[in-house]
Amino acid sequence: MNPADYQRAARDWLERNVPSEGRADGDPIAQAKDFMARLYDAGYSGITWPERWGGQGLTQEEERAFAAAARDFTLPIYVFSIGLGMTGPTLVDRGTDAQRERFVRPLLRGEEIWCQLFSEPGAGSDVASLQTRAERDGDDWIVNGQKVWTSVAQHADWGLLLARTNVDVPKHKGLTMFVVDMHHPGVTVRPLKDMSGRSNFNEIFFDDVHIPDEHRVGDVDDGWSVAVTTLLHERLSISAGVGMGGQKDNPASLEALRRTVDTSDPLVRDELVELHIRSRALALFNQRLAQETEAGVFPGARGSAAKLLLAELTLYQADLATRLAGPESVVGGHPLGTVLSTAPGLALGGGTNEIMRNIVGDRVLNLPPEPRVDKTVPFKDLKVGTQA
Amino acid sequence: MKLVPSQEQRELRAAVRDFLAAASPPAKARQGHDPEVYARLNGELGLSGLIVPEEYGGAGAGFAELAVALEETGAVLLPGPFLATVFAAVALTRAPDKELLAGIAEGRVAATLALPGADVTADDTGRLSGTLPQVLSGMEADVLLVTAGSALHAVDLTAEGVTRTPLETLDITRGQARVVLDGAPARTLGEPADGIADRLAVALAAEQLGVLRAALDAIVGYAKIRVAFGRYIGSYQGVKHKLADMHGKLEQAESIVRYAAWAADEAPDELPGAAALAQAYVGRACFEVARDSLLLHGGIGYTWEHDAHLYFKRAKTDEVLLGPPRLHRARIADLLEL
Repeated sequence: MNPADYQRAARDWLERNVPSEGRADGDPIAQAKDFMARLYDAGYSGITWPERWGGQGLTQEEERAFAAAARDFTLPIYVFSIGLGMTGPTLVDRGTDAQRERFVRPLLRGEEIWCQLFSEPGAGSDVASLQTRAERDGDDWIVNGQKVWTSVAQHADWGLLLARTNVDVPKHKGLTMFVVDMHHPGVTVRPLKDMSGRSNFNEIFFDDVHIPDEHRVGDVDDGWSVAVTTLLHERLSISAGVGMGGQKDNPASLEALRRTVDTSDPLVRDELVELHIRSRALALFNQRLAQETEAGVFPGARGSAAKLLLAELTLYQADLATRLAGPESVVGGHPLGTVLSTAPGLALGGGTNEIMRNIVGDRVLNLPPEPRVDKTVPFKDLKVGTQA
Repeated sequence: MKLVPSQEQRELRAAVRDFLAAASPPAKARQGHDPEVYARLNGELGLSGLIVPEEYGGAGAGFAELAVALEETGAVLLPGPFLATVFAAVALTRAPDKELLAGIAEGRVAATLALPGADVTADDTGRLSGTLPQVLSGMEADVLLVTAGSALHAVDLTAEGVTRTPLETLDITRGQARVVLDGAPARTLGEPADGIADRLAVALAAEQLGVLRAALDAIVGYAKIRVAFGRYIGSYQGVKHKLADMHGKLEQAESIVRYAAWAADEAPDELPGAAALAQAYVGRACFEVARDSLLLHGGIGYTWEHDAHLYFKRAKTDEVLLGPPRLHRARIADLLEL
């Protein structure tokens, strides 16, 4: 099917199947799972993922055509965004065949929800200094520790967990990746309220949680290289807007603003032109990265540049919209107030803007690294987190 | 939409880059136009005939190819009438003239184009009069294309009735001239087609992309060898983070140039918006990157002997070449029907 036909068919399907807002029956998770199952059965979930594990085995061309068709809809798939954008691709890249067989299809069909467990209270930007321990116990591992900023964990069935398995080697060399059952006894999920007043992320406590060794992803003490895979997918999926829906319902979009602000004022017109320029510049960059991927050139660390630019654009756009709207935007639960309150999230989650700049500098421009005082020191001798 | 260069376009880039690295490196740019290099550029590589249709002896290539070539000539700040001749060829391919196009394709004729809005009138015998205060490469070009009334005319710049005065230009690598026409003989070429200004904007943006990339490459290279306080300056976040932001501008500028070149070749409906976007974004980004490249070099970047100011001044000259940049922004506002 050519891309135009594919897009038309996808659009038809979405029109018939995307639930309208009024239809919510009070359980958004059940609704999301129901929608995801239909999306999968219609062939629109995992479009580019390998057929062998439940994907469609198609190309970026179909993926883009679907994204174009979906731009005018808000798909209720937010709870699957971590699985689809980050943990799923990591398992496809680095998991065992048994793990792919077990986890990928249920993820694509929306039967199971995933979260990602990397950050800790003492390990944010410097995530490799994390302290959560996994200790070998026969065929199992026993996990103790605390994670934080974990999106959708309150709904999650499975988590991709990065834990320390060796404290006698430098920090990057003693980490291992696991799949953890979020329903296992000893896993406690507590919601955290963010600055917008919502509770989209959580803190997680692990008390003697058992993980079978067959749920280890990658080699023992090689978790950092797996984590890098996940983080690359994370940045790409954020910049490509996986699971985020379009700009359709964004009250700070150019289309919304032109209806609500006085465009006869030349100063307002110029501000909107600037918004258009920046939005198009980034959209075209993302499209170019997608076309390069299609041609076999993996964007790698350049995805961090796209993520950085999106974070900046998001905050700029919300800031601009409230300036144009004026005093009404900061009272009475105005939608632009909400947009402004959620805007900083993107500049922090998935790596801060400063970390993105480090990555672009180090891995795209190959600039000399910052001197590292902790690179060769055994983890147990470092001053990190609660470790004196 | 095609945003990634084809294998053939990459080969063209490599050929132009290799040629210019040997024949016209940036260090040579301050010596100005070298007719011998220019002749080889057109003879060995056929660059002047790149977008000239095959029936007139050119390569019949599109803007996607032209953009790749202009990026490379921009990156070395190639002096001389190449961009001016491209501008003229763009106007001519929209209002074909066999003699001129063949001359450009063979590299015999360097041409330039008076920018829209020139105050030039034709008398009953077709002779032209008027003053063009700034003509790109006006001293190096053989022929001037200018719109008078509703028609495009070709003026032999060595003819009687033409007075050319070189201007002192901020950008010492590429000249401009004041041209006074006083009953100058001219050939009428017909009505200029629509869309010429948009195509000029795209071609210029391709050159700007090359200038931007080279200015960034220069400071990235320097940040890897210059040491301060016992460390390479590129290891400091104060420098590294700026360079990362400059890289983001490069990525977006390149994406826009590929898109605008594609629109010029394949999507006339999208060309006006793409062309205005190209000038509004790439023109600004090019100057900002050239500026920050100069600043991050430290004191050496402020010296006459260093090339940083050449990029800085080319970037500024290019940014205002087609008029004050607010015109491109106003065009976007109009196209968006704001």
